[in-house]
Amino acid sequence: MSKSHTILYLDGVSVSFDGFRAINNLSLVLDKGEMRAIIGPNGAGKTTMMDIVTGKTRPDDGEVFFNGSVDLTKHDEAEIAMMGIGRKFQKPTVFESHSVEDNIMLSLNGPRSIFPALFHRSSTEERQRIDEILATIRLDEKRNDLAANLSHGQKQWLEIGMLLAQDPKLLLVDEPVAGMTDAETEETARLLKEIAKTHSVIVVEHDMHFVRELDVKVTCLHEGSVLSEGTLDFVSADERVVEVYLGR
Amino acid sequence: MITGKLFAAGADRRIAITITILLAIAIIVPVLNLAVPQNSALHIPPYAVALFGKYLCYAMLALALDLVWGYCGILSLGHAAFFALGGYAMGMYLMRQIGDRGVYANPVLPDFMVFLNWKELPWFWYGFDQFWFAALMVMVVPGLLAFGFGWLAFRSRVTGVYLSIITQALTYALLLAFFRNDMGFGGNNGLTDFKDILGFNVQADATRSALFSASAIALALAVYVTWRIIGSKYGKLLMAVRDAESRTRFLGWRAENVKLFAFTVSAVMAGIAGALYVPQVGIINPGEFEPANSIEVVVWAAVGGRATIVGPIIGAILVNTGKSYFTGALPDYWLFALGGLFIAVTLFLPQGIVGMWDAWRARRRERLAAGEVVAPQEVVVRPETAAAGKWSEPDSGAEPQPAE
Repeated sequence: MSKSHTILYLDGVSVSFDGFRAINNLSLVLDKGEMRAIIGPNGAGKTTMMDIVTGKTRPDDGEVFFNGSVDLTKHDEAEIAMMGIGRKFQKPTVFESHSVEDNIMLSLNGPRSIFPALFHRSSTEERQRIDEILATIRLDEKRNDLAANLSHGQKQWLEIGMLLAQDPKLLLVDEPVAGMTDAETEETARLLKEIAKTHSVIVVEHDMHFVRELDVKVTCLHEGSVLSEGTLDFVSADERVVEVYLGR
Repeated sequence: MITGKLFAAGADRRIAITITILLAIAIIVPVLNLAVPQNSALHIPPYAVALFGKYLCYAMLALALDLVWGYCGILSLGHAAFFALGGYAMGMYLMRQIGDRGVYANPVLPDFMVFLNWKELPWFWYGFDQFWFAALMVMVVPGLLAFGFGWLAFRSRVTGVYLSIITQALTYALLLAFFRNDMGFGGNNGLTDFKDILGFNVQADATRSALFSASAIALALAVYVTWRIIGSKYGKLLMAVRDAESRTRFLGWRAENVKLFAFTVSAVMAGIAGALYVPQVGIINPGEFEPANSIEVVVWAAVGGRATIVGPIIGAILVNTGKSYFTGALPDYWLFALGGLFIAVTLFLPQGIVGMWDAWRARRRERLAAGEVVAPQEVVVRPETAAAGKWSEPDSGAEPQPAE
């Protein structure tokens, strides 16, 4: 099978921690420009999969390719981030003691070494880019507030904004609506669909209502491998999916 | 002057005041010591000049520690090692300056080497007869050690308590090494009996005053450099690494390099402080590597206020003034007082003295804003409080976290 049109290509990936197989012969292919939702019960290996793609965890076995040709198992977190893979954590992780604007500023793509940062002066383009992103994530009003003072939902958006600032090719978004109100959830779905127009996106989520709203192809993971894949209706009609979610 | 420039650049008021005070005492104290007659009330006795000069060196060490601890969350319990290494580099220069005036009158070998029957100068003592070389080594040796140590530790992602423990081990290892006579640094006696620095008698009042001024100017410079680092994009990144290291990695930053730079700069700063300290106290021995010394530095920074630039300076000066008083008046109780102070600060003043001051100012400002009647002189004060409040803003957020 040709990998050239894929943004992410996982084949036969396995990883175990102390004998526990967190990922078991997982194969997953994401086309360029595609948005994919990943569901699965707790412990299905969703977050571990993201750890493997972003270089936090090395797989014991299998192939992981980005953009059809880059072997991700040979790179570390910072390199992978610079290649264009952005990751949002399950728990919103922002720089709490900095303002919203500075959070975005530190995320903007550009040189990532010490001396340019030491002698950095903000440019007009940079300020424009920050304005654009703040408008997209609807936090213009809060730009001078400390990130610590944002609500939970706003922190999630800020983190998504930080990913956008990185200008990645692929975004991995882990449980973006956990702990959000219904209104915030809808807003987040709108935001992600907007982002998916220009980026490849993988969203891990438990909230079925939210997944339905995204209206994309769904992959269900169970015990570290793919259980079912297709439209949400197809997947939720699958006997085995019903079984793992409801228990035998 | 410099303050004018700082204000023109929209600089922070508190930093400008600190630098101005330091530069002012660099001029005033020597004048009061040398030019004012001894019977005048304004005369500053030479012992006080040397004592306060020592405090300024400690303040610089505390500031260096604060750069890595307060702003980057690296709790180094071995910072006195860099201070001592800078001190030894200066001590070696001062030893070579003794020349043939030593007890054994050997023009090349310091006394302790003659005593140990050494025939020639070890290679690592070469060059220390030149001041420029010693001055370079004062920065290079602690800097290189910090770079090597940090490169290994940060790349292996050693953080939190584990890092604190290995920094403690580092200073302890150096303590043991410097105690050995065959290391060539004078063993447990260290280096002492200094005569001249740059041709001037180290005991002379004028030299002491000059060293005091040099310490004050060096500290002012360190404040300026730290302030510029913290205010830059890199400084924001440093705090970002402190608050959410993994986030910075997944944004593409190399957190280990961010830490390494701060750690190295901090070690160089500590080395310079040590080099200024040695000629003022007249001795450097392995006792400076004692782990307890490094821990005391942490107490100074905590008392003054972590993640503030002025805090560690205030903390170092206050605690050491207290120490000088206590060790004179109630020598048996100093360690209890220090321990009690640390516990009290941790419990009641987690942000230190400067943090408490900022919180008080913020509360007062709120009250003023809420109150209907504002007294005229308070109106005058308000822009000042606003400026101070602006500075404290980034500090009032999340606590530096020692561990991930």
